[in-house]
This record gives sequence, C-alpha cells and structure tokens, in this order.
Amino acid sequence: MSYRNLAVTELVERARTGDNRAVGRLLTLVERGGPVADQIAELTHPLRGNAHVVGVTGSPGAGKSTLVGRLLAEWVAQGFRPAVLAIDPSSPLSGGAILGDRIRMDDVVPEGTFVRSMATRGHQGGLALAVPGAVRVLDAAGFSPVVVETVGVGQVEVDVVAAADTAVVVATPGMGDAVQANKAGLLEVADVFVVNKADRPGASDTRRDLQLMLDLAHVTGQDVDEHGTYFRPEIVMCTATSGDGAAATIDEIHKHMAHLKASDGLSRRRALRVRAEVRSRAERILMDHLDRAISESDLLTDADPNPVSTAESIVSRITGND
Amino acid sequence: MSETTTTDDAETDRLRIVLAKLGLDGHDRGLKVVARILRDAGMEVIYLGLRQTTSSIITAVEQEDADAIGLSMHNAGHLTLGPKMVKALEADGIDVPVIIGGIIPPDDEQVLLDSGIAAVLGPGAPAEEVARAVREAVAQRR
Repeated sequence: MSYRNLAVTELVERARTGDNRAVGRLLTLVERGGPVADQIAELTHPLRGNAHVVGVTGSPGAGKSTLVGRLLAEWVAQGFRPAVLAIDPSSPLSGGAILGDRIRMDDVVPEGTFVRSMATRGHQGGLALAVPGAVRVLDAAGFSPVVVETVGVGQVEVDVVAAADTAVVVATPGMGDAVQANKAGLLEVADVFVVNKADRPGASDTRRDLQLMLDLAHVTGQDVDEHGTYFRPEIVMCTATSGDGAAATIDEIHKHMAHLKASDGLSRRRALRVRAEVRSRAERILMDHLDRAISESDLLTDADPNPVSTAESIVSRITGND
Repeated sequence: MSETTTTDDAETDRLRIVLAKLGLDGHDRGLKVVARILRDAGMEVIYLGLRQTTSSIITAVEQEDADAIGLSMHNAGHLTLGPKMVKALEADGIDVPVIIGGIIPPDDEQVLLDSGIAAVLGPGAPAEEVARAVREAVAQRR
C-alpha cells in the first residue's frame, strides 16, 4: 500500500498510533509547505504539548550528532520515546544536500527512536516554518523528547534552537579563549553547556572559559530573566564517541525542564515559540504580497526610480495607506 | 482537501535518496562520489554509509520518506543481497525503487533487473546517467 495516496487525516490518525511511515510522510508534506502543510498544522495543533523540545547546536564538527545519538540511547534506556530532527545545509548552487547526521547515530540508536534528516532548502523563511511544523507532528505522534539539532551558523538556525524548551550548546577544546566565548551569540542562548571531546587536551580550559563567561553574566545580571528568575547553565564534560557524560547531560536537560516548570518558565517559553511561528507565517504572507506588488509595480518601469520613495509607495499599496 | 494534493510530482519535488552499503563491504569511495553527484543534481541524499542491514535501510526509508534506495556493492554479494533487499521492501509493502551500483559482472545485470532491481550502474557511469537513472526509477513507481 502506498502512503502517498493517503489523506492527511488518515496519516495523522496513523501517526498517533505509532505508525512511523505515516510520521515520515507527514514530515515530507510539512516540509513542502502550502495548503497541505497548513492542514497538518491545524490537525496536529490540538494534539501537541507533551513533548520536551530540546535544541542542540554548536560548530560544525563539534560532535552534535554523535552526542545526540548517545542521548537517544540513554533516553530509551530510561523509558522515553525520543525523536530527532537533524538539520543540515542545502547546497546553495544545486539545492541538493548530503544529510549525514544519521551515520553518526547509527551504531548507538536503538529501536523505538525516530530520526529525520532535514535540509535547510535555502528558500526564504522555509526553515522557520518547516521546523515548528515538524516538531508539532513529532509531538502529536507521542515522541518526547523531540531534539532539534542544527549547526549554529545563521540567525534562523540559532532562532530554531533558542525557541526550544531547553537549548544545549556543544563546545569543544580549541574553540578559542574567553573573549571568543563571549562574542559568539550562541552561548547566550544556552541552558546547558556540553564540552565535548573532553578527552582531548584543552578541555578544562574550555570549561574554565565558559565558567568565566557565566560568572560575567552573573555580574551583569544576565542570568536573571525579566521575571526575576535566576538560572545558571551547568557545564557537562562529555566524550560522545564513548558515551561518557551522556547520562550527565540528560540529567542537566531534565533539571532545566524541572526549573522551567517550577518557575512558570515553560508556559512563557512556549508562548514565545508560538509568537515566533506566528511572526514567521505572517512574514511569509507579507512577502508574497510584497513580491506581487513589486512585480506588478509600474513605478519600477521608470528609467531611474528613486529607491526610497518607490519602496515607500509599494509598501503603502500593500498596507492600503495609499 | 482532496487526497490527490498529497501525492508527489517527480518534476517539482526534491527527491530524497537513501545511500548505503549492505553487510560487510568496506569500499565506500564510490558511494561518496554518488552522494556528491546526486547532491549536485539537486537531490537530498540521506547517507547511511557502511555496514547497513536490510532492516536498518528500511527503517531509514520509512522515517526519511525516501523516494529511492541506492546500494553500492563491491564484494560480489549483489546476487544475494540485491534480491534480499527487494523482497524485504515488498514484505513491508514499501514501493521504493532499488538501484545498484558498483562492480556487477555484465551477466549478472539482467538477473538483478529480473529480480526487481530498478537499475544497475557500473563504474565510470557519467554523472548525468546516474542522476537520470534515479529520476527514471522514481518516475516509474509513481
């Protein structure tokens, strides 16, 4: 039987009863976007809310996928049913991609986990819409935790991780001194730090640099949010290739969730996440209007259009303030 | 919303291809070249690499909603493993074409095609031919 001919309602029903092929199919449709993806969003929206969404980011080669593979195995051992959305970049030239996260998890990932590779696909705002939709499908299908793994380059990727319930930043020895650690915007979104490759020289230096940065955050009050809640991220030393530190990482992820629940932070984070998705969707709608207005505009047929006034005129036409 | 809107169009869709080597066959340079060829042809390659089993490949195809499977064979196991892969897919009701590349003696090619393998690609197959074989195999199943 081909799942390609199944109606969306049927796929969602099957996904809820543990049919991974239906989940896989839904994720394809969500990624493709358009009215079918919107329908899936409508259907899965009421079913979501039980997954602990964990963002994992770090530089290329930091060991994110290997670590995530270990986390999956540990979660399964503890009785959880985890899923991963592993995001890799598309080629800007061909639009194709080599999605190589699965190969890193292969040896350790047990049955009962769900791993999906996703390419960034370049198109404007695509990832910002596809990721929340995909997380919602996995959530509705009963997976938790749902891990979103992505390279920490590009604002959209950082936003995706920052929008998780718990953000894990993976650092490695040799990534630079405390000044580097401070200027990288990634570090500010972390709820848990993992120093991976802890068996390599320099791992304790990396830990010290991160600690120093967290001390500075305390001095400037950055570790207290606008609601007066204090939280200092823990630093976990880890060797993902052997699995050392995976259980400790999970302990810290769970502690952060407990902190969110105790401090009312969970509902606040999720409200922010909804807000971000609404904004992305609204942005997409506006962009469509804008593209149409620009392509239909007679203002640009002038030999030498004034960029400032022309842009203002076009926007006025969209917003109706003409 | 009608059911037909969820079906694929091979022309507009970004094809997702699972690439793997089955069993004990350690020569993966060819597979890496194919991964690059398919990426440059605009496809999304889910690279599983070495030491896969029919069941690990099926798990990946289900979760990744792949459109085709590419197997690389250099250990003379193709007459056993190729049909085994096809049968395993049939048993699970998964209608996804399997393409085999690598060292396949000319006499074995027709045997593989008769067993349900969608296409066989030898060494030196040009990039365009590799991409075309994948596209055609996918289009035939839809």
